[in-house]
Amino acid sequence: MEVVFFIITVLTLAGAIAAMSLRHLVHCALCLAVAFGGLAAFYLQLNAQFIGFAQILVYIGAVAVLIVFAILLTRGIESAPQPLFSSAWPVGLGVALLVFGSLVFAIQSSSVAQQQAAPSAQATIRTIGSQLMTNFVLPLELIALLLTAALIGAVIIAMQEPSAKSTPMKDHAASAPIPSVPEEQR
Amino acid sequence: MPHPRRFRAFLKSNDRGDITDMTSVPLHYYLVVSAALFAIGLAGALTRRNAIIALIGIELMLNAANLNFIAFWRYSPKAEAVTGVMFVLFSIGIAAAEAAVGLALIIAIYRHYRTTNLDEISSMKG
Repeated sequence: MEVVFFIITVLTLAGAIAAMSLRHLVHCALCLAVAFGGLAAFYLQLNAQFIGFAQILVYIGAVAVLIVFAILLTRGIESAPQPLFSSAWPVGLGVALLVFGSLVFAIQSSSVAQQQAAPSAQATIRTIGSQLMTNFVLPLELIALLLTAALIGAVIIAMQEPSAKSTPMKDHAASAPIPSVPEEQR
Repeated sequence: MPHPRRFRAFLKSNDRGDITDMTSVPLHYYLVVSAALFAIGLAGALTRRNAIIALIGIELMLNAANLNFIAFWRYSPKAEAVTGVMFVLFSIGIAAAEAAVGLALIIAIYRHYRTTNLDEISSMKG
């Protein structure tokens, strides 16, 4: 059990670190999928099977693929010569290390964290379904509304602007209609 | 149960299924992993110059919070109320919506500025 835990930990954290530090963006997205898979394995390990498979479906199947699409759509002119990290990266790294240190300190000094697993923690599909239809029916409806709004909003935000007023790009400011393929380079 | 140690523990446990009692990992292991994942995501979101990678960092932080919810639910004395699981379920849904809107924003910004470099996108006016 512990061996499994450590294998999944190494997989997840290595995937996350690689996703944050590789240069090639598509490699970052694929490493992110590995980290998500490790998290799904954690959920399966923790007896939350439904959440584990939802994680695989939603994150690996949808979010990672969506990120790959966004990377391919915004594949820009600037790729090789620029530095990878922002100019203020020591500050960001320091803040992250500070957060990690304080979290670990809080975990180590708390008494809640030492307790053992509950013997019969099971989240069956039946329980989840009945809870969704009784206690959590209002959040369920709200999240349906939110997802619809996000869908429409994402389409509207990413929609091509009408070509009459969409020439603030510096490069083809003079050229008449914007070509309909957005990722065309200058 | 396919795992041999768990199966042996299951055979040894005489009464109702406290299968995982003797072999399970303590809770603070999960909490430390979650904190590490959060810190990695935070570092990436703060230091990378690409907007998409910053969004990936935010996703990692959300997932770290989800792992905490599931771990606390699993180790809570009242696990029959599946509150942690439900929270993570809704959190996954909201994260999916957030990713969709965030990536749409990045694509719109890219179309406008021809870059996704966060250091160059510094004004909200076109």
